[in-house]
Amino acid sequence: MTKLSREDILKLAHLARIELTEPEIEEYQQELSEILQYVEQLQPVDVTGLKPTNQVSGLTNVMREDEIRDYGYKTSDLLKNVPAKQDDLIIAKRMIG
Amino acid sequence: MADTWLPIAELVKDVQDGKVKASDLVEKSLAAIKANSDYNAIIAITEDRARERAKQIDERVSKGDKVGRLAGVPFIAKDNFLVFGAESTAASNILKGFTAPYQATAINRLEAEGAICVAKANLDAFAHGSSTENSDFFTTKNAHDKSRVPGGSSGGSATSIALNLAPFALGTDTGGSIRQPASFSGCVGYKPTYGLVSRSGVVAMSSSSDVIGPMTSNVKDTALVLDIMAGRDDLDGTTIERQPDYTELSGDLKGRRIGIVKEYMADGLSDGVRSTIESAIGKLRSAGAEVKEISLPSIGLALAVYYILCPAEVSSNLSRYDGQRYGFSVPDAHDLEASYMKSRGLGFGKEAKRRIIIGTHVLSSGYYDAYYKQAQTVRTKLINEFAAAFKDVEFLVGPVTPTTAFKMGENTDDPLKMYLSDVMTVAANMVGVPAISIPAGDSEGMPVGLQIMAPQRADKELLAIANNAEEVLS
Repeated sequence: MTKLSREDILKLAHLARIELTEPEIEEYQQELSEILQYVEQLQPVDVTGLKPTNQVSGLTNVMREDEIRDYGYKTSDLLKNVPAKQDDLIIAKRMIG
Repeated sequence: MADTWLPIAELVKDVQDGKVKASDLVEKSLAAIKANSDYNAIIAITEDRARERAKQIDERVSKGDKVGRLAGVPFIAKDNFLVFGAESTAASNILKGFTAPYQATAINRLEAEGAICVAKANLDAFAHGSSTENSDFFTTKNAHDKSRVPGGSSGGSATSIALNLAPFALGTDTGGSIRQPASFSGCVGYKPTYGLVSRSGVVAMSSSSDVIGPMTSNVKDTALVLDIMAGRDDLDGTTIERQPDYTELSGDLKGRRIGIVKEYMADGLSDGVRSTIESAIGKLRSAGAEVKEISLPSIGLALAVYYILCPAEVSSNLSRYDGQRYGFSVPDAHDLEASYMKSRGLGFGKEAKRRIIIGTHVLSSGYYDAYYKQAQTVRTKLINEFAAAFKDVEFLVGPVTPTTAFKMGENTDDPLKMYLSDVMTVAANMVGVPAISIPAGDSEGMPVGLQIMAPQRADKELLAIANNAEEVLS
């Protein structure tokens, strides 16, 4: 059975860019180990000769012309929920220390 | 509980004929919503926009202009639909304050026929849950017993219909989120074939199984609402071709070949649900249906498949909430990574974080084949078993959930126990087939739903038989 360590949880949370509190780390370590144990019942299932399913409707690539269409969206509307902006630009924190 | 509504087709005829005003229907719905606010079904009311739209419809009727097939009909949208006139939050703190720059295709199609959105319904945040207890705001109460959950994630929509707050509501169903609350709350809940209704403008959860569908008081209303929403949309590349006219509900139960899912009637089903379902199936049989037991040996694995694929897709879909372009953002982070970490850490609720972290684990190198790829391959096995069953029978029936609505707080300390309430609904999502929950009776005063499933793209046939079943069960 997979048992996730404290380090595993911290590594996964960092990969997912989520800061966890101390109680959350402990709680998730316990709960996620139990959930993984449940889903591990799939591992012994015989799937010889079967291919994985990515999507269920049988559609393959849905193509369209590469052309501009006007859906009536305004830049100002699309930017109205931005937490920090200047003119039409989004302000982000520095990336390189 | 508010007064019942006429069937939608009759309401619309009255509006078209000028016998009833759209404004009166909207006021009736708004009054019912306000009088029942203690159920916590509603997150926001789109009052001003609804009144304005009703006025426009009434003016058109008085001028003798043609109005649509849903003219003046109020409805309630689950809060993960982007709708004008209120915030669209998916019941999450990270989207608190978000106002939609555009509307969902489903909403636009309903509005084009004259339907009027009056409110946004509560859900488990991002539709992650089975009780609305994962809402970041509050828990919705069951319309039949306030100490019990309404089911979820479309619990606010289910309580809204059970209380007659509007003639129809919209839900989303990724693992059972329309059918399970419909069963717990005693209304009709419909999960269409995967791809039948555009998901453009609906907050994405698990894209290989998310569908949207109606919740109503009867099957005919569901068929009408589906008829207006269904079909290809160039804003959603996964949409499929529709069948003509879903409202044409023909045929009867005589000679219809129906299979009872053997595994769903096994241990783990509560006595009350079992006897209600057995009695309902007995009535289908008496009406002439040819019913037999049918086995889908791997169906019990569907939940494990779901709890790998769903978190994997959630971890990808929820990466867009990064605190930069919209949604909650921690302003005083010292660099970009800290801004991501803090905004997501504080903005997401417990269940969203739980799913993102599991999803990140099952997709990470070294685990991908053992978890994700194996789950996708067992999914193929399930699809093959359903295909074989549908060569033998036209429809599959069984319970929607192992128990009736549980008490609030009963499953909140154990996420795995909460997940198990989806055990009979997830298979339809993994296989992409349409499925419906219709009221079958009750057990100790709480509603029990009968689930009927059909092959992919047989939505019209499913609605027709559900309509027949509804007649013999009521």
